[in-house]
Amino acid sequence: MSYEAWILIVGSLAGICCGITGCFLILRRLAMLADAISHTVLLGMVLAFLISQSLNGFYMLIGAAAIGVLTAVFVQLLHSSGIQEDASIGVVFTFLFAVGVILLSLYADHVHLDVDHALMGEITFVPWDLVKWGFLPELPKAFLMLTTVLIINLLIIILFYKELKITSFDPQMAAAIGVPVLLIHYILMGMVSMTTVASFDSVGAILVVAMLIAPGASAYLLTDKLNIMLIMSALLGVAAAIIGYYLASWLDVSISGSMATVNGVIFAIFFFFAPHKGVLSKRWSQRKLKLT
Amino acid sequence: MNPVEVQNLTVAYQKKPVLKNVSFTVPEGKLIGIIGPNGAGKSTLIKAVLGMIPKATGEVRVYDKLYRAKERVVGYVPQRGSVDWDFPTNALDVVLMGRYGHIGWFKRPGKKDKELALNCLEKVGMQEYATRQISQLSGGQQQRVFLARALAQDAKIYFMDEPFVGVDAATERAIIELLNELKQQGKTVLVVHHDLQTVKDYFDHVILLNINVIAEGPTEDTFTLKNLHQTYGGTLAFLEKGDILVGQK
Repeated sequence: MSYEAWILIVGSLAGICCGITGCFLILRRLAMLADAISHTVLLGMVLAFLISQSLNGFYMLIGAAAIGVLTAVFVQLLHSSGIQEDASIGVVFTFLFAVGVILLSLYADHVHLDVDHALMGEITFVPWDLVKWGFLPELPKAFLMLTTVLIINLLIIILFYKELKITSFDPQMAAAIGVPVLLIHYILMGMVSMTTVASFDSVGAILVVAMLIAPGASAYLLTDKLNIMLIMSALLGVAAAIIGYYLASWLDVSISGSMATVNGVIFAIFFFFAPHKGVLSKRWSQRKLKLT
Repeated sequence: MNPVEVQNLTVAYQKKPVLKNVSFTVPEGKLIGIIGPNGAGKSTLIKAVLGMIPKATGEVRVYDKLYRAKERVVGYVPQRGSVDWDFPTNALDVVLMGRYGHIGWFKRPGKKDKELALNCLEKVGMQEYATRQISQLSGGQQQRVFLARALAQDAKIYFMDEPFVGVDAATERAIIELLNELKQQGKTVLVVHHDLQTVKDYFDHVILLNINVIAEGPTEDTFTLKNLHQTYGGTLAFLEKGDILVGQK
């Protein structure tokens, strides 16, 4: 497959993975926790590397999921012992990330696992970073990881759709009917962690937050139904990846930066022009009310 | 067998107890008001009984068995303000959530659940709003949707947290009619309630709460000026009103 096709496919897969996961983050007001996890997974990746002595994507996913959930657990513990949620996130996030940076500079300096790469990502190199998994032909590592994560994410959302929905809408009621609210929360955080790591190679830790939050936030403005919001969010994630790629090659700029920028622009457009929930439409209906 | 028996329940958020040594027994098939000033621990009581927050000490028995949420004998109506009404969903969908406890893992609500949910919406006079986005409903309508959801839970005991707050008079009447109907069917309904003026009309039994249980029993004997003094302390403005409310015997 051509170089261009691989980048488009990997970007789109990242867009779908991030888009569907991000919907739940928005509905649960967890955008900042996602930001935290997108950084602390660095520690998970470094630990996975130190323990397994390899850059195998599978170990990276497990390490990231573990540290991501641990981040959520620590934040929960601090918060439930009386510290404000944003302060809890701030403390846990910077601490775990810092430990990751120290370990990285101590032990992993000589391998291809540098902070710059993890933070900024470089989708340009994705088509050349090939691995062989089992009976499959040699394929780009990012493609395999994102496909794996997409399957896991879809399975979780399909199997636990009711539980994700009720714990997002009314966690008290969910607890009252015996839904394990915290467990579902941690499963979701595990999803976020794996999605982040799988998207790292393409867009990096900082821009992955844009891909997690922006498509869901745009989709939220466009629909009143959760299932449609999920689908739209995935589509918008793909659209941002594709438009972002062509914009980048036209302007000769960073591809991941361009993809994240397009996400922001799409959100801005819907923020103003969405049919019912956009700023202009709200103004318009208010003015109509005044006139009558 | 009593529907709910609470013994020595203590709950503390930080160091200070929010509920202390609370014990009471709830009679079957009655409408029960949980009454007390702000910060008396009324909502906390419901949450602790339902196991949604940890108890420092104490025991909750439901029909003589230690309570577990999975048994589905208890329905719950949280305060309306506790959820985000901008959530992308419609009224019918919210009512269907009442069925989630019955459906079990990995399954979706089926045709029967939908019929039952529609039926519950009808009982609260909301059938024509089934597909309405929940943010487009008025406060009273949202409360009715919550009630319909509780009906869909098909429980034996209901806990309702301030169902009358912020609703219009028509909704208040509709809710109290519904509660009486539940009572006729032999269900036990516990309601956290604020408006002292209506206590005598609405409830058969009251629990006066202010961190401890001040008094509990049939409304006639329990909802007295003396007990109210004790529950509300020195709130003077209230006392004058209280005289009128309770009436001197």
